[in-house]
Amino acid sequence: MQIKTIFAGFGGQGVLMMGYTFAVAAMREDKIVTYLPSYGAEVRGGTANCTVAISDEEIASPIASSPEFIVVMNKPSLHSFQNKVQTGGILFLNSTLIDEDPSRGDIESIAIDAGDMAEGIGDARTANLIMLGAFIKKTNLVNIDAAIGGLGDIFEGKKKVIEMNSNALTIGYDSLK
Amino acid sequence: MRGNTVVGEAAIRAGCTCYFGYPITPQNELPEYMSRRLTEIEDGIFIQSESEISAINMVLGASVAGARVMTSSSSPGISLKQEGISFLCGDELPAVIVNMVRGGPGLGNISPAQSDYFQSTRGGGHGDYRTVVLAPASCQEMADLTMEAFDISDYYRNPVLILADGMLGQMMEPVTFENYKPRELPKKDYIIDGAKGRPSRFVRSLILNTKDMEEHNWKLMRKYKMITKNEIKCDEFMMDDAKIAVVAYGTAARIAKGAVKRARKEGLKVGLIRPITLWPYPSEVIKKWARSVSLFVVFEMSAGQMIEDVELSLKGSSEVYFYGRPGGVIPTPMELVKIISSQYYQKGF
Amino acid sequence: MKKVYSRPKYLKKVPMHYCPGCGHSIVAKLITELVEEMDIADRTICIPPAGCAVLLYNYFDFDCVESAHGRGGAIATAMKRVLPDRVIFTYQGDGDLAAIGTAETIHAANRGERFTTIFINNAVYGMTGGQMAPTTLFNQKTTTSQFGREMRRDGAPIKMSEMLATLDEGVAYIERTTVIDVPSIKKTKKAIKKAFQIQMDDIGFSLVEVLSPCPTNWKMNPLQSCKWIDEDMTKVFPLGVIKDITENKKVKEAVNAD
Repeated sequence: MQIKTIFAGFGGQGVLMMGYTFAVAAMREDKIVTYLPSYGAEVRGGTANCTVAISDEEIASPIASSPEFIVVMNKPSLHSFQNKVQTGGILFLNSTLIDEDPSRGDIESIAIDAGDMAEGIGDARTANLIMLGAFIKKTNLVNIDAAIGGLGDIFEGKKKVIEMNSNALTIGYDSLK
Repeated sequence: MRGNTVVGEAAIRAGCTCYFGYPITPQNELPEYMSRRLTEIEDGIFIQSESEISAINMVLGASVAGARVMTSSSSPGISLKQEGISFLCGDELPAVIVNMVRGGPGLGNISPAQSDYFQSTRGGGHGDYRTVVLAPASCQEMADLTMEAFDISDYYRNPVLILADGMLGQMMEPVTFENYKPRELPKKDYIIDGAKGRPSRFVRSLILNTKDMEEHNWKLMRKYKMITKNEIKCDEFMMDDAKIAVVAYGTAARIAKGAVKRARKEGLKVGLIRPITLWPYPSEVIKKWARSVSLFVVFEMSAGQMIEDVELSLKGSSEVYFYGRPGGVIPTPMELVKIISSQYYQKGF
Repeated sequence: MKKVYSRPKYLKKVPMHYCPGCGHSIVAKLITELVEEMDIADRTICIPPAGCAVLLYNYFDFDCVESAHGRGGAIATAMKRVLPDRVIFTYQGDGDLAAIGTAETIHAANRGERFTTIFINNAVYGMTGGQMAPTTLFNQKTTTSQFGREMRRDGAPIKMSEMLATLDEGVAYIERTTVIDVPSIKKTKKAIKKAFQIQMDDIGFSLVEVLSPCPTNWKMNPLQSCKWIDEDMTKVFPLGVIKDITENKKVKEAVNAD
């Protein structure tokens, strides 16, 4: 099994953190993982994305030309990435900022009102992990506890940040049935 | 850990105490990491130099003073360092130099590329010399090869180049630093640290007498022969019954491996030869497979550079096909599968 | 009979390659005398340049590292950081220090690297055959300024010492001297000694610029060369202390306190 996911949005939305948290969770479950962020001048322009590949065997190319899943946090990302998802794949979109449906009929799309939900818990910046929580629920690629546990490694010692983000993960996770 | 920081941590764990460099994308995480880590260790020295030229000469200074030292840069910066690398070779001084290659020529772009192969393996600067070139293809190899690079460099008293790219530098994969087995190294009896209790000595590359200069060159060549004999590394994947061998290194080799796996699923007998040392080049491995392989597909993220080494290895004994994407384009495994299968059926395998 | 003069201990017994009347040989001798007098031969490291002085390691009986053209400042920086208790000096000509190695020089000085630079200014590229140097005077004829240096084409003779003196506290001491007669030679020796001492006292970067005759490339005899320095060169490059922070009371106290 090898699954690739692209997380995309604009700089400041925590897109890289979303992918990284997912990658750390998968690592905690002893999966083989690669995490590849966009970098340099590319991210300065405002768009950010990263690719996470998880597998139970060696990962050849860390790049995803036709990923199983794509998570988009804003409209431009929807436009630039929706054609990449493989047939039968799933597109997760942040419906707070994206008011249109994907133009493809051969993929499933799941809208999460992540932005509003984040506002609801008092920190708009947590939309990324709300999105990730929902993503984890739907895909079942990693256990939600692994993701919550991973936050401790990522935000070493920053108790408040860990709390806020694990709350966001849980809310996102519970938002899907 | 991210590839760039893996290289930094590996260097520290291999005993590197000095880092000199100048900012350039896509390798900035490495100097940033070193600037912090080197303050944590005793005798750690970090200088952000005024230029690449200055950085490589600081490397020379630290090396001649006996320290384990590293610098890193990306393509244009490595071009600037070439004079210093030539001096390091002429002076027979160790150093580890990391190149996170980007698309070129000129300023090019910051996407991953493999277009500095000629520069790295043919010398790059002036004079008859070689640098050992190691090409990792994963974060784990970044760690292992960086640590080994210091030993190779000290053992032969010659700079070692680590040739990676922005993708390997940015990518995160789990890594262990436990694979390193330090080599037994000769005492550094050439360093310049003041003539205390010994006769004075000097380190130089200027040898005006042509006969002596020639002998110095032959001495270097003997050393390079020894390196060629001892240090070649190459990975072979699914080669046993392969009719087509893909030859690729670094990032391209990862893409190629994905392609080979898919081609195998389609029933095509395809294998992968992945040189890990680009100089010395694993010519014998290539040659060995010429008996059973009918076509070598050289796959590079350049307009075709390593292909020359494959052709030199084969000396016309087998057919070679080239597929490359220069300019920082990252090809997909599917793209390569198409090339492989069209060649496979065209040749009637 | 009483011996009043002998060859400096750390000057190797080999004939020098310098031309008659050249200033390099005088400065080389002064350095070896100082290394002996200050008893620092076992911890002195010289970084000779590319240029006429490239062969200094054949004359100095202490450790030397050859530098690429202009890179002495970078090499010395790293060596001194690795070996902070050694006495390290670069020996550089005007092309080396003020043209190809300007960046290395300025930044090493600005970081206040604790090494000394001996800057030989002879207003010409000696080794390569007398081309125009960054310090060549206006109207001075060289093989690449055959009708004399002129402002619009070549720019002005660059005053490195004055430029470096404007840098902050990293630069501790800069003096310009010459070697055209006994008093000036004595002054040069004193200046180099002070520069070494400043380095050993961990005060900052130190530099001694020596206006040095190059009769061969100036197409003069040695005496004319000395006269030219005295009458022409010192007008553009005035002799004397250009910067000395050890005169600053605080530094004096700090050093004495050790």
